[in-house]
Amino acid sequence: MIQLRNVSYVYHEGTIQEKVALKDINIEIPSPSFLAVIGANGSGKSTFARLLNGLFIPTYGDVIVDGLNSKNFENLWEIRKRVGLVFQNPDNQIVGMTVEEDVAFGCENLGLPPKEIEERIAFALKSVGMEEYRKYPPHLLSGGQKQRIAIAGILAMLPKYIVLDEPTTMLDPKGRKEIMEVIKKLYKEEKTSIILITHHMEEVVWADRIAVFNKGEIVLEGSPKEIFMEDEKLEKWGLSVPLVTKLSKCLVERGFEIPHPILTIEELSVWL
Amino acid sequence: MALISLKNVQYIYLEKTPLEREAIKDISLDIREGESIGIIGKTGSGKSTLIQLISGLLYPTQGEIFIKDRDIRKWNSKELCKIIGIVFQYPEHQFFAETVFEEVAFGPRNIGISDKKLENCVREALITVGLPYEEIKDRSPFNLSGGEKRRLAIASILAMNPEVLILDEPTANIDPKGKIEIMNYINRWIQSKNKTLILVSHDLDEIIKTVKRIIVLKEGKIIFDGPIEKLFLNYEKVEEAELELPEILKLRKVLEDKGYPLEGAFTVHEIVERIVAFKEHISIWKS
Repeated sequence: MIQLRNVSYVYHEGTIQEKVALKDINIEIPSPSFLAVIGANGSGKSTFARLLNGLFIPTYGDVIVDGLNSKNFENLWEIRKRVGLVFQNPDNQIVGMTVEEDVAFGCENLGLPPKEIEERIAFALKSVGMEEYRKYPPHLLSGGQKQRIAIAGILAMLPKYIVLDEPTTMLDPKGRKEIMEVIKKLYKEEKTSIILITHHMEEVVWADRIAVFNKGEIVLEGSPKEIFMEDEKLEKWGLSVPLVTKLSKCLVERGFEIPHPILTIEELSVWL
Repeated sequence: MALISLKNVQYIYLEKTPLEREAIKDISLDIREGESIGIIGKTGSGKSTLIQLISGLLYPTQGEIFIKDRDIRKWNSKELCKIIGIVFQYPEHQFFAETVFEEVAFGPRNIGISDKKLENCVREALITVGLPYEEIKDRSPFNLSGGEKRRLAIASILAMNPEVLILDEPTANIDPKGKIEIMNYINRWIQSKNKTLILVSHDLDEIIKTVKRIIVLKEGKIIFDGPIEKLFLNYEKVEEAELELPEILKLRKVLEDKGYPLEGAFTVHEIVERIVAFKEHISIWKS
């Protein structure tokens, strides 16, 4: 479990550029679970992501990963082994000359024996559906494929938690779908905990829990159904609900007997 | 007269090297004044190459491009900047000035706008994208929020008052509310000044709301060029281009398969009205 207790994060503390990015955040992320994080630009989502694996240390409060406090420098290595972080732009995350070298990078840093690294590369590439590209130079891959390689590099370290900070923003719709399939599979089959930060409301319906950020605070937390009931609040915070939810709400208002909220097209089609 | 005209244009990257790649294959295309055009296609289909060709940043390997009936190679770049303004992906990565004012003033100054007119020009561009001039002009561009940065980058192009505005993924990585705001500002500018718009986007929902004509690229070729309604009645074309249908069309498709008559309905509101009307019709018929 990852616990955040009264966590605040302040950039440039004590200078004129001081900016409070997160204010008094309290949240528990059990393992395994799938948490989606949504919020407008500047609401503190990316800062939150970087706190989870000790890349940032809270200005106030504590981040505790499986009992390890990130404030304690000796814990950082172990925390980063457990919590993998995937960023937006795959081009900034690729280090190897071939796909397998790239995926091996993290494992090599963990000092694992070559045979085990070998096995982990095979496992990681298989999980993201990229086995046949093992010997390929990464720069010749598409954006979606590169992002899958970046995820494989994290997977190979067998983290218990994977934090993905808008992993699909740089991708086209097809690439986006590929990544979402990988994420869903990791959660269901490998029981890896997922923390997904995204602007795409269609992606968050798969999570078991959603946290909504606004101006550095968690303003709403609940299941996708609970969150998307609150369409007016979401709009106020610069967010939206999936299109199908909007449509089914209109139908409910016009007297149709269908449940609210509906989150997927498949679900709606059952009722009409 | 077409404002922009491409005749059998081909573009090859790194020609005559082992890494040679043909990005654009034999494209012919006319763009008239006042049109709003969307360009879609999956990653690597040639969208970015095409807009760089249109804006004169790349010259075709084969074929010709005419801007106002004059060969693009004969235009000097400053003159061309007055006609075509291009906003790249993640334009805020290119900020360099110390203040918002200087950031916006760079373009107009370069194309020869006098100092006397400069202030007005900058003011107008910032107001067009909803940034308050007096409050923001002396601030550092780097300290703005994500949405403000994007709008500032767009303003810095609008300040040159180009006749054609080319936008490459103008709302990528902007939150849903910010996306709508940015597109509203752009639409207002385009319509009030009768400008020509070329919008490259993966967000088909956004494209539907903004443009009338759509060009679909696949592997460097145009596989569709026509009115947007026509493309979206043609699900196979969208699939051929390996694009995801926009949410609204996925919805339409499922509902149409269930027998709802949705011809011409492209918004949530329109679809709801059709469903309601259809259900009423059925219940009258039954009774």
